[in-house]
Amino acid sequence: MNKLLTCAAALALCAGAASAEIKVGMITTLSGGGASLGIDARDGFMLALEQSGRDDIEVIIEDDQQKPDIAVQLSDKMIQSERVDVMTGIIWSNLAMAVVPGAVNQGVFYLSVNAGPSQLAGPGCHENYFNVAWQNDNLHEAAGAWANQTGYSNSFMLAPNYPAGHDALTGYKRLYEGESAGEIFTELGQTDYAAEIAQIRASGADSVYFFLPGGMGISFLKQYADSGVDIPVIGPAFSFDQAILQAVGDAALGVVNTSQWSKDIDNPTNAAFVESFEEKYGRLPSLYASQGFDTANLLISALETAEPSDADAFRAALKAADFDSTRGEFSFGANHHPVQTIYAREVVKEGDIYTNKIIGTAIENHADAYVGECSM
Amino acid sequence: MSAILIIEQILNGLQFGVMLFLMAAGLTLIFGVMGLINLAHGSFYMVGAFAAAAVAGVTGSFLLALIAALIVAALAGAMVEMVVIRRLYASDHLDQVLATFALILIFSEGTRWIFGSFPLYLNTPATLSGPVTLPGGIQYPLYRLALIAVGLAVWGGLWWLIERTRIGIQIRAGENDREMIAALGIDISRLYTLIFALGAALAGLAGALVGTIQSVQVGMGEPVLILAFVCIVIGGIGSIKGAFIGAILVGLTSTLGGIFLPELFKVFTDPATAQAAGASLASMSIYILMSLVLIWRPTGLFGARA
Amino acid sequence: MIAERWLNLAVLAGLLGVAVWARIADQPFTITLTTRAVILALAAVGLNIALGLGGLVSLGHAVFFGLGGYAMGILAFHVQTYTPLEIGPISIAGSTSMPVIWLTAIALSSLAALGIGLLSLRTSGAYFIMITLAFGQMFYYFAISWNRYGGEDGLSIYVRNGFPGLNTLIPFQFFGICFALLCLVLLIGDRLARSPFGLALNAARQVPVRVETVGLSPFRLKLVAFVISGAVTGLAGALFADLNRFVSPTMFSWQLSGELIVLVILGGVGRLIGPVVGAVLFVALEHLLGGLTDHWHVFLGLILLVIVLFARGGIVGLLSRRRLGDG
Repeated sequence: MNKLLTCAAALALCAGAASAEIKVGMITTLSGGGASLGIDARDGFMLALEQSGRDDIEVIIEDDQQKPDIAVQLSDKMIQSERVDVMTGIIWSNLAMAVVPGAVNQGVFYLSVNAGPSQLAGPGCHENYFNVAWQNDNLHEAAGAWANQTGYSNSFMLAPNYPAGHDALTGYKRLYEGESAGEIFTELGQTDYAAEIAQIRASGADSVYFFLPGGMGISFLKQYADSGVDIPVIGPAFSFDQAILQAVGDAALGVVNTSQWSKDIDNPTNAAFVESFEEKYGRLPSLYASQGFDTANLLISALETAEPSDADAFRAALKAADFDSTRGEFSFGANHHPVQTIYAREVVKEGDIYTNKIIGTAIENHADAYVGECSM
Repeated sequence: MSAILIIEQILNGLQFGVMLFLMAAGLTLIFGVMGLINLAHGSFYMVGAFAAAAVAGVTGSFLLALIAALIVAALAGAMVEMVVIRRLYASDHLDQVLATFALILIFSEGTRWIFGSFPLYLNTPATLSGPVTLPGGIQYPLYRLALIAVGLAVWGGLWWLIERTRIGIQIRAGENDREMIAALGIDISRLYTLIFALGAALAGLAGALVGTIQSVQVGMGEPVLILAFVCIVIGGIGSIKGAFIGAILVGLTSTLGGIFLPELFKVFTDPATAQAAGASLASMSIYILMSLVLIWRPTGLFGARA
Repeated sequence: MIAERWLNLAVLAGLLGVAVWARIADQPFTITLTTRAVILALAAVGLNIALGLGGLVSLGHAVFFGLGGYAMGILAFHVQTYTPLEIGPISIAGSTSMPVIWLTAIALSSLAALGIGLLSLRTSGAYFIMITLAFGQMFYYFAISWNRYGGEDGLSIYVRNGFPGLNTLIPFQFFGICFALLCLVLLIGDRLARSPFGLALNAARQVPVRVETVGLSPFRLKLVAFVISGAVTGLAGALFADLNRFVSPTMFSWQLSGELIVLVILGGVGRLIGPVVGAVLFVALEHLLGGLTDHWHVFLGLILLVIVLFARGGIVGLLSRRRLGDG
């Protein structure tokens, strides 16, 4: 690292060697409670890079510990000291809101592997910001659409009391046409849902929609299965990734969740991705891994035609999204967020492993609700 | 809101409370006897849960898993006491806070090093899973009833230990006058190790029991630790009875507050605002309870001294 | 052994030296890192007034740090979004001027410290630790669900606030502002400790009865110390928010209160320069160990453990032989 810094300081001396290098700064969560998401995104990203065989892309990886102030600090370091061309990696929306606006305003390109807060899709959209995963509401909207298709007309809704939780219920209700049997905002980080489950039991609902990412979802699903309440449950894929399913076990079987990716999406890119990921890391990929993989491939495809130093050409190359996505068709809307098909999956057991299987399409070629507010 | 729902919620609050008591009992004993503020108590909770998940994964037996949780947490506690804590009895609270804070870092990151960042699987045994029907037609999970029973049994056991056994006499003597029991020829360092291990074992048991219906992951101990502190402060530090009453109060306030406050707010404002505002106030309710108790009685409900 | 006064000067000169070197070597990130250490030091110096002088172990100082941060966030947010801030009948445009923000931060955190102090100082020992923690948690949960100002997402301020005559966007100039404030507060803290108030406070911590017999109220002495302490930590919060151009409820979290205590003990409780040394060391460890391994928390924990077991009185206590309480 010291050598690189020296290079940057004495730019003239090693310009010849340095100009071919593309520097990518990855800030992601590698320690603390949310580490499994960041690790998957990183591993997916690095796998794609390795498969491309390009050795002129240098990735600097740093751990944000899921703390916004650390993320801002790391972003300052990457932009000021490492002078990166492209940044990526942030998992959480609150960290993205802390880092992304500052980074893109300093001329860096930012490719989001996960977080897609509504501000960055709407009024705060930026020409250098591309989201390869989703706008945060997408999976919730798809769940609402799926509830309509299934014929649910009286949903009970549950989410933590913080902005993403409020967005989740808003997103679900945007397309959902039925009645509300009740809405609860739980405490962020809550681990016991006995009280909420009792309310669900008493509510007379015909379906339950819940958004409880990470450990909260594990607790909820286990306790729900144990309570004997048999109202069907729908959720976004966040509570059903590979790591979480193994911890929930049988309690998750049969639960329907919405996702833009699944390991059984039938296309050659995806099949090769699942196989090589499993071979390299010894576990099944999660959707975060697929997002990391797609992000790296988008970057590589853009680098085929342009250099980040030529910002306009590079931006156009990114916008074209000319790469083979694990999701099949992939394109960007006007606000640089994906227009994509979202599937309904069911949790099944294959051998000893719990995983997801596609059971239908929740919504096709879906763009987000904020694209109209973006002035790009 | 029906009577059945209210009774069910009271049961939930009770169950939450007795599990908090398992954590709070160890904390309050350790503080009462040794005068030590142990921030690392939540780590034993996590250690217990991980030990249980590991053993259940290998053997498939829930009973063995619980035994493993007790033993591993007790051993971890005894080791920590002998290596680190023993040197801190003479220092002030500040050094204890720093040292046990350091222990949290070591335990959490060490556990992640061994088990990885992904949550582990631990589930209720078949014999205890599913709901039972209580008198009055209330459907309630059997496992949660078992938790209430275990919590009450531990409370009874601790009462017996402290009021009726030789060790109990030593513990009570230690709370009142530390020099005195040393003068009586009791091996005080062995007593301290024992109490610390006992406290750690109870925390480990709580971790395993609760981890079964929640998620077994690194960092699971700290939120519970804060709540357990709230319990013992409300009850009065050093008092087992206080810890029990504090734990039940916190369990009920937290559970019932989350249900009734939003309902109450709906009387004054529209449902969406009421839901959000009620949920916020519910999160704060136990801390408000604690401050009110301390403003009213600066050493808690049953606390003798500061 | 070194006289403590020279040690104090050496630490401050060292901090300034690192920043000047980084300025010359064109390493803006090192300046940012140094600025972070200076701001955390300021917060810890504030805590040390309550903790070292007054013997008040507050596990709720994040309240003041967070209030300072939100003072900056809210004032700048209203300017950024062109929406006036309405408090009852009064409507103000917000502000992006650092002095205005600082005064607001100081006023808000003093007020909060006064309220919290009035209620909490009735308790002592472990109860005081816990009641301050409880207030911290109340503010934390309130901030998380306060959607008007971002809730858990927090508030991003895109441009750092201004200071008359300086360009705060240049890392070195912003460092200069923070460093000057730290020196000023250290100077005031030194005067305070030697003043009749400081001596009375010191006595109230050690032998409360003796203070009462000469007609002073230990409660009032401690309350004043707590308010001053809160105000300084609040000022640090405003600077911290400006450093990151971002505020969020994590500034109110109990972990942050815990970290501030760690900074103070690490450096040396009740020593003037102790919190500064603690903050510098903590930021350096965080940065250096973090670069070595993902599991750096284990090593940080071990280092802290060694310090608390073998270096009573913190780093400054180790370097300086002067015992506390000798005057």
